[in-house]
Amino acid sequence: MKGWPLYEVFIRPRNGVAHRHVGSLHAPDPEMALELARDLYCRRGEGTSIWVVPASAITASRPEDKDAFFEPLEKEYRHPSHYNIPPDVKNM
Amino acid sequence: MYTQGLDLVPKGEKPEAPKSEEEARLEAAFQRKIDEEIRIEPTDWMPEGYRRTLIRQISQHAHSEIVGMLPEGNWVTRAPTLRRKAILLAKIQDEAGHGLYLYSACETLGVTREELYEQLLAGKAKYSSIFNYPTLTWADIGIIGWLVDGAAIMNQVPLQRCSYGPYARAMIRICKEESFHQRQGYELCLALAEGSPEQRRMLQDALNRWWWPVLMMFGPPDKDSWHTAQSMKWKIKRFTNDELRQKFVDAVVPQAERLGLKIPDPHLKWNPERGHYDFGEVPWDEFWRVIKGDGPCNRQRMEQRRRAWEEGRWVREAALAYAEKRRRRQQSEAA
Ligand SMILES: [Fe+2]
Ligand SMILES: [Fe+2]
Ligand SMILES: [Fe+2]
Repeated sequence: MKGWPLYEVFIRPRNGVAHRHVGSLHAPDPEMALELARDLYCRRGEGTSIWVVPASAITASRPEDKDAFFEPLEKEYRHPSHYNIPPDVKNM
Repeated sequence: MYTQGLDLVPKGEKPEAPKSEEEARLEAAFQRKIDEEIRIEPTDWMPEGYRRTLIRQISQHAHSEIVGMLPEGNWVTRAPTLRRKAILLAKIQDEAGHGLYLYSACETLGVTREELYEQLLAGKAKYSSIFNYPTLTWADIGIIGWLVDGAAIMNQVPLQRCSYGPYARAMIRICKEESFHQRQGYELCLALAEGSPEQRRMLQDALNRWWWPVLMMFGPPDKDSWHTAQSMKWKIKRFTNDELRQKFVDAVVPQAERLGLKIPDPHLKWNPERGHYDFGEVPWDEFWRVIKGDGPCNRQRMEQRRRAWEEGRWVREAALAYAEKRRRRQQSEAA
């Protein structure tokens, strides 16, 4: 499939929820990618909306950058559980 | 709430033009979806009025998050401990994030962030009246977290079920983050409440100044809220201003008592028949004054926002120049 670029496919399962990544496919152009995505990923009413995005348009974080990007729990004051609220205080 | 300005009838807004048969049919189908709790997504057909109302509501909400950073920003360099400073910075950073989530949600309706931001800087857009009050003491920071963010949560929780998908999803993210804002505020108030007599006085003074402005956050009384009925029908709103205000008062009065504070309202009293607290009349004259631009800090807030925008210009330009340089470098490497 020379010249058929890779597209990532996102489907919105139903109105109200965000599009979710479901996989990818090759297609000659975006319109055909959409039609192919419908046939490949949406044969059983899996969604109400499809997005296709050229994979080349995606910039991803690198595993080497893991520490700088995703330092996990050291700022625990960003979480509600960090704060001492007496148990008799309601609606908080 | 953050969108109290919706109750100002916009200048030059004309009554809806008569509808064609096709439009009437589309609108009936649209309302059926709303009634069946099917969310509206950006590419779905929607009435012009629904789109307009949402753009105004979401952008006012976004502006409020952005302007809302200023009163708290006043205390970053004066926070009493490193822990408190880190917490305050984290909270303010969250508010910037909330503004950005909301501008993005608003852009799905066909406006650009630039347009919205220009309206704010030109003084043409509204934001919540609450951010036009000064933060005079450290106790104000506790009261803001506990009551201002508390009132915001009361309003935002039902917005998670707003009929417009992108707005509802932004609210889900925001509500998750707000919980820490409210708790750090109450914890700060507790520390002062358990402190010296002077600290307790400071806390009471802050409550006295903030109480009525906080109740104004829910917007004018229902009888003066001209857009409420339509917004409820469209399920943009799930509760009226007065309903939310009552829920809020019922929730926070016991919390205030726990802090040993007195609510500055002689009419506040538990009403066992209603199962709610009765409370006095909110000073609505003050509310309308502040929302129309004449509160204690309106001018200062707008000046600060404009200055931040101007002083940040070189950063925006430098980022663009850097992107351009990197693009050229990659091109020449590829060549
Ligand atoms: Fe907020
Ligand atoms: Fe916020
Ligand atoms: Fe907040």
